[in-house]
Amino acid sequence: MLRFIVRRLLQAIPTLLILSILVFAWLRALPGGPAGALLGDKATPEKIAELNQILGLDQPIFIQYFKFLGRVLTGDFGSSLISTQPVLSEIAFALPATMELSIAALLLAVGLGIPLGYVAARFRGGFLDNATIMATLVGVAVPVFFLGYLLQFVFAEKLGMFPVGGRQDTLIGATDVTGFAVLDGILTQEWDASWDAIVHLVLPAAALATIPLAVIVRITRASVLDVMNEDFIRTAQSKGLAGPTIRRRHVLRNALLPVATTIGLQTGLLLGGAVLTERVFNLNGIGSLLAEGIERRDYPRLQALILLGAVVYVLVNMLVDISYGIIDPRVRVR
Amino acid sequence: MLQSRGARTRRIALIGLSGALALSVTACAESQRDAGSDNAGTFIFGAAGNPKMFDPIFNDEGETFRITRQMYDTLLQNKPGTAEVVGSLAEKWEPSNEGKTWTFTLRKGVTFHDGTPFNAAAVCFNFDRWFNMKGQAAQSQMIYYGDVFEGFAANEGDAAGDPVYKSCEAKDDSTAVLNLNKAKGAFPAAFTLPSLSMSSPEALKKYNADQVTQTGDSFSYSDYANLHPTGTGPFKFEGYDQGKGEITLVRNDSHWEKAKLDKLIFKVIKDENGRKQALKTGDIQGFDYPAPADYQLLRNEGQNVLIRPSFNVLYLGINQSGNPKLQDVKVRQALAHGINRDQFVKSKLAEGSEVATEFVPKAIAGYTEDVPKYAYDPEKAKQLLKEAGAEGLSLKFYYPTEITRPYMPNPADTFTSISEDLKAIGINIEPIAKPWNGGYKDDVQKLGKHDLHLLGWTGDYNDTGNFIGTFFGREKPEFGFKNDALFQALSAADATPDEGQRAQAYQGVNKQIMEYLPAVPIAYPTPALVVGPKVQGMVPSPLTDERFNTVSLG
Repeated sequence: MLRFIVRRLLQAIPTLLILSILVFAWLRALPGGPAGALLGDKATPEKIAELNQILGLDQPIFIQYFKFLGRVLTGDFGSSLISTQPVLSEIAFALPATMELSIAALLLAVGLGIPLGYVAARFRGGFLDNATIMATLVGVAVPVFFLGYLLQFVFAEKLGMFPVGGRQDTLIGATDVTGFAVLDGILTQEWDASWDAIVHLVLPAAALATIPLAVIVRITRASVLDVMNEDFIRTAQSKGLAGPTIRRRHVLRNALLPVATTIGLQTGLLLGGAVLTERVFNLNGIGSLLAEGIERRDYPRLQALILLGAVVYVLVNMLVDISYGIIDPRVRVR
Repeated sequence: MLQSRGARTRRIALIGLSGALALSVTACAESQRDAGSDNAGTFIFGAAGNPKMFDPIFNDEGETFRITRQMYDTLLQNKPGTAEVVGSLAEKWEPSNEGKTWTFTLRKGVTFHDGTPFNAAAVCFNFDRWFNMKGQAAQSQMIYYGDVFEGFAANEGDAAGDPVYKSCEAKDDSTAVLNLNKAKGAFPAAFTLPSLSMSSPEALKKYNADQVTQTGDSFSYSDYANLHPTGTGPFKFEGYDQGKGEITLVRNDSHWEKAKLDKLIFKVIKDENGRKQALKTGDIQGFDYPAPADYQLLRNEGQNVLIRPSFNVLYLGINQSGNPKLQDVKVRQALAHGINRDQFVKSKLAEGSEVATEFVPKAIAGYTEDVPKYAYDPEKAKQLLKEAGAEGLSLKFYYPTEITRPYMPNPADTFTSISEDLKAIGINIEPIAKPWNGGYKDDVQKLGKHDLHLLGWTGDYNDTGNFIGTFFGREKPEFGFKNDALFQALSAADATPDEGQRAQAYQGVNKQIMEYLPAVPIAYPTPALVVGPKVQGMVPSPLTDERFNTVSLG
C-alpha cells in the first residue's frame, strides 16, 4: 500500500507542474493585471507602469514563471492584492469554514444517500422508490445558489428557524483554538458556541448536500439493483443464507464500490458548489476567497487556490483508490 | 446575549426533534431578535469587503478607510455632513509665506491609544516619516501622499517629481510648523485626508511600521499595520478575526468627543443580498451603498436610508484622438445636446441625484453656475452634426462590466440610456463592454482605444483640482487632446494660495472647460448608506467620512 501511495504521489508531480504553467499563463494572459488591481480606482497608467517595474511584471514571462515557481517551492505564494495578507495565511483562515461546510454536506449526503438508495432498490417500483427517484431528479436539477436563497428565505427569513448566514453569532464571543468553530466549542467546553456553529451550518450544508445526495441515492440504488441480479447472490440464496446476511455481506459490500467512486468525485465537485454556497450564506471560506479573487483579479490568491485545489483533487482521488483496496481486496492484488 | 442565543438554539433542537415545526419557531426567532437589543452598546456594521491593513498612509480604499477613520484623527477634518474643513487634532491653522508655511495650533491633553502624548513632536514625526519613507515597495503604496506631496526625500520611483514637503518644526508642544517648497491648492483640505492620520511615534517604532516588503506580485505590511494600529481616535483597535471576517474596535474613553457606543464591529458580508438580509434580521445594524432600487423596500421595512450629499461626477468621456471628427467642438456639443440627462437622472439614478452642469459637484468651492449649459435638444444636435459634416458618424462606445461605482450604480443601464439618445440623433454606436479590471481601464485610460466611454470620480477632499486637475490637467490617452491654455490655467489656479482667489480662478477654468467641452458631464449621483430603525446619530457625509462616535442605539 505504501508503494502504491508513493507512486501516486510521484505521478502527481508532473500533473501539478503542467497545471502551474497553465494557471500562470492563463492569469498573465488576462487583461488588466496585479498592478491595476493593487492601485485601485485612482490608478493612473503611469503609476501602473511604475508598479509593474517594481513588481518585475515587465520582465519576460518565462523569467516571471521561474521566479514564481522558485517562490512556490519554498512555500511562498505571495500576498493577496485585496487583503495584503500572505495568501497561505488567508487560506489557513478560510479553510476551516470550507472544511466544516464540506464535511457537514458530505455527512448529510452519504448518511442519507446510501440508506435511501438502498431502501429504494429493495422496494423497487414501490411508492418509496418512485418518490425517491422524483426527488433526486429535482435535487440534481436545482442550482445550488437558488436552493440556498430558497432555504434562506423560508427557514431563516420567514420561519426564523436558522440564522441567515455567517459561521457564528457575532456577539457569542467564542474562543478561537483551531479555527473550526464546532470543534473549538467542544475543546473549550463553550457548548453554546459549538451549538451556535452547528445551527449556522444546517442551511448551507443542506444546500450544498442536495446534488451529491441525489447522485449518491441514484448510484446506490442502481448499484444495489445490479448486484442483486448477480449470479453469486442467487448462489448465496440457494445455499440458504439468511436475507439480512446476504444483504449486508454480499449486496451492500459489492454495491458500495461504484458508490465510493461517486463520493470521491462528488467531494471534488463540492468545492465548486461551496463557492456559491459560501457566498449566499456569507461564510468566509475558500469558495468565498476564490469568488472574490476572480472578481477583483487577485492573481497571487488565484494561483495559490487553483494549485491547492489540484493538490486536494489528487489527494481525494488517491483516497478513493485506497478505499477501493479496503472495500474490494482484489484491487490491492492487481 | 450569549444566554439568549443558546436558549434559542436549544429550543430549535427540541422542536426539530419533536417534528412540530413552524409556528412556535417563528415566535422564538422573534424573541431572539428582541433579545439582540440587550447589547445596546455594540454596533455591527456590514462591510462589503475585507480591509487591507490598518496603517492609513499605505491605504487607498474605502472599506479600510471606514475603519481607520474611527481609530485615527487627522490634523483637520470635514465638518460632519459637509465638505467644509474644520479643526480636529489642530484647533487652529494658519498659512503664511504665500501658502508655503502652515502653522498648526494643536489640541491639548490628547494621548494616543498607547498612552503616549500627542504633541507637535508627534506631528513632525509623522510628516518626517512619510517624507523619508524608503524602499520602492513602500513609496509606491503611499498613493495619496504621493499625489499631494509629489515625492519623497529620496525618490525611488519614476513618476516622482520635486517634493512639496520641506520640513516640520515643533515650536513648542502645541505648535507645529510645516514648511513646503511650493504652495498647493490642495491645502488645507488635503490635511483632512484619512491617509494623513496621526500615528503614535512610539508604536510606529516599536512595531516596525515602515517595513513594507514585496512578496511575489504583492506587498506585505508590518505588525503595526496588521495588529497594532495606534491613533488618537474615538475607538481603539481590539482585533481582526479573519476567519469570521470581523474587525472589533472598543471605545477610547479619553477622546475629546467620546463615543456613545462601547464597541464597534465591522462584519464583512461580501454579498449585497446578504447584507440586506443581515440588516433585516438584526445581525447587523447598517451597511453602505444599498442599491437605489432597494431604497423603498428598505424604508418599508422601517430601515433608514441616509442619502449622502453628492461629491462625485459621472461623465461621458470623448477621445479626440480616436476619431478626427471629435476634434470639432460642434460634434462634441452635438453629443451634449443629444443626451436627455434629465430623463436619465430621474429614471436611472437614486433620489437626490442631479444633472451635472460641469465636472465638479456643487459642494466644492470652484463650482459656478456661470458655465455654458447644454440643454437636451435633439434637433439642435442634428443640426450641429450637419454643420460639422459628421452626419452618420460611427463611434466606439466603451462601458465597463463587473463593477458598480458610487457615481455609476449600473454601467450597462447608463450605457443603454445614453447610447439610445445618441442613436436618435443619427450617430451609429458600436458598443464595447469590458470588465473593469479586465481591460476596460487599460483600453480607456492607457491605450485610448475608444471614442466614447463612461467614467467618473469621487472626490478625496474639498479641492476643485482634485477633480478637474485629475481629468484635464495634462495630455492623457483618455481624452486625447492637447490644450496648453487649459493646462496652464489649471496649474495656475492650483498654485493660487489665497482660498478666495483660488476658488475664483477655478470657476474661470470650469467655464473654459465647458466651452471647450472635452467630455460631457452627466450627473452628480448620490450614494447612500442604510441603518436600522434604532440607530441614531449617523450623519451621512459627502466624502463617506461618517464618524461612528456620534452613533447610538436607541
